[in-house]
Amino acid sequence: MTTTLPTHRPRPPAQPATLRARRLPAYAAPAIAVAALLLSAGLVYGAGIGGPVLVVVVGALLYLVGLFVAANAVEGRRSARDRTWSALIHSAFVLAVLPLASVVWTLVSKGSERLDANFFGTSMNNIGARDANGGAYHAIIGTLEQVGIAALITVPLGVLCAIYIVEYGRGRFAFTIRFFVDVMTGIPSIVTGLFVLAFWVLIVSPWFNDGRPGFSGFAAALALSVLMLPTVVRSTEEMLRLVPAPLREGAYALGVPKWKTILRVVLPTALPGIVTGIMLAIARAAGETAPVLLVAGGGAAINFNPFENNQSSLALFVYQQAGEASKYSPARAWTAALTLVALVLVLTVAAKLLARRNRLGR
Amino acid sequence: MAKRVEAANVTAYYGGFKAIENINLTVEPKTVTALIGPSGCGKSTFLRSINRMHEVLPGARVEGNLTIDGQDVYDRDVDVTAVRRMIGMVFQRPNPFPTMSIFDNVVAGLRLNGVRRKSILEEAAEKALRSANLWDEVKDRLGKPGAGLSGGQQQRLCIARTIAVEPQVVLMDEPCSALDPISTLAIEDLMFQLKDKFTIIIVTHNMQQAARVSDRTAFFSIEKTGDPGRLIEYDNTQKIFSNPTQKKTEDYITGRFG
Repeated sequence: MTTTLPTHRPRPPAQPATLRARRLPAYAAPAIAVAALLLSAGLVYGAGIGGPVLVVVVGALLYLVGLFVAANAVEGRRSARDRTWSALIHSAFVLAVLPLASVVWTLVSKGSERLDANFFGTSMNNIGARDANGGAYHAIIGTLEQVGIAALITVPLGVLCAIYIVEYGRGRFAFTIRFFVDVMTGIPSIVTGLFVLAFWVLIVSPWFNDGRPGFSGFAAALALSVLMLPTVVRSTEEMLRLVPAPLREGAYALGVPKWKTILRVVLPTALPGIVTGIMLAIARAAGETAPVLLVAGGGAAINFNPFENNQSSLALFVYQQAGEASKYSPARAWTAALTLVALVLVLTVAAKLLARRNRLGR
Repeated sequence: MAKRVEAANVTAYYGGFKAIENINLTVEPKTVTALIGPSGCGKSTFLRSINRMHEVLPGARVEGNLTIDGQDVYDRDVDVTAVRRMIGMVFQRPNPFPTMSIFDNVVAGLRLNGVRRKSILEEAAEKALRSANLWDEVKDRLGKPGAGLSGGQQQRLCIARTIAVEPQVVLMDEPCSALDPISTLAIEDLMFQLKDKFTIIIVTHNMQQAARVSDRTAFFSIEKTGDPGRLIEYDNTQKIFSNPTQKKTEDYITGRFG
């Protein structure tokens, strides 16, 4: 062969003579941060263009630039990039948490004003604009009953639907169901409220109600379950798909029938994830106002019976109190909002603990 | 207890793809039979068609005649779960049920098939764990999760789970490929003991293992990628490894091909 080999060879990257490299001292990053904040405060207040928020924003930018320059000078380019990126990611995290912290703080500080026994023990029945008392007892009952009934309807239906899609569904029919579940995810809550109003309240409820249509907490529960269903189906579906196929095969190979494999092996394995999805759906339903307003009507009095007469809910209570012409109502609205968030939090934590207790070990 | 497995003209498909063609093979009771051959030649497919695990995959189907002691496994009136109870299977990767304890894993097959009595379950668990050489290692922590065991222990746990339902044939799909030599040795020892009671069919890529544990060896091969796998030679292990009739078999076991 006469062809000559190419003489050009790629040069290997230069090997460092030592593994040790110059590092910025530990105090450098905090020092740069303080310097950046001081400089930014001087700039902002000196020019008289803004307040503390602008100081922090400009300070953060100056800190990023300062950190990059300092690290570039001492540690080299790669390390400077690394430090800048990790600082950027940390600030993104802070930015994401800030609104949450702000919401919690506002809720607690404004909601604590009416956080008393009276609020949790009385309803708004016979409470006028000049009365300082009045509470959300009826609304708490409404939320618990409506969300409870909605969960009772949705959880079995949604989980069974997901099992059908993942374990049994084949071909066009399963695909169609999945598609419409996806479509359902996008239905606005006011539309489900209208649907239940037209279908249940106006057409079905007169049969039980001497021919007159009637609002009820159950109608609200129906609307909420329409809202919850797609969330439950989709999250359960994803969780069931995550269960490894060898687990199913292991059970089949022991001669276990398919339904028992699903019930005793697949579902328990996916349970923590399924519970999380259900709690997300419940949290969403508990915060819905529009459907409750449309089909349960709201009301000031305590009504334990979800199948007859108006019922309120916490979200609806917040909406009504926030719009009421009374100097006492905003405080009620804040406390009700705090109660709603606390309720969802307690439910979520309880469900997580329960799901974890079923798992072994730990 | 142990039963004879007979395959006549067994052909298996994945959708439109023919994975094995016309396999004819008889496995005698209380023997260990090794299936060897290059990757993709259909050993596992054939193994999985014996206990009807092949059809679990969508689009997969089997043609031909597969009988166990004369009973057609693919007969219309046959209950799949009964077939799988009679023919147990151990998989390539240990797959203990993650939500169950060691004890629950071993008795899963019994319990999920309706056995409730605690004394029966405990007796069966101890017996199966002893047969799987695992009892001494786990007897003090039967309530702990099965997934917390080491890989070799998990595989023996899966073997215990399989033999706890007292099958008559045990299929093993590369049971040692994810294990270290010591665990492998433990499982090979186990096969020698289990041979007294069960018919064992094992797929393996390790030819020394096939030579060590099996009485008879079947060599599968394919012409080229995309062709169905065929049974090239089936004989006593001694004969296959010392004096095979087929040139292909000789090439494979001497390492010249595959």
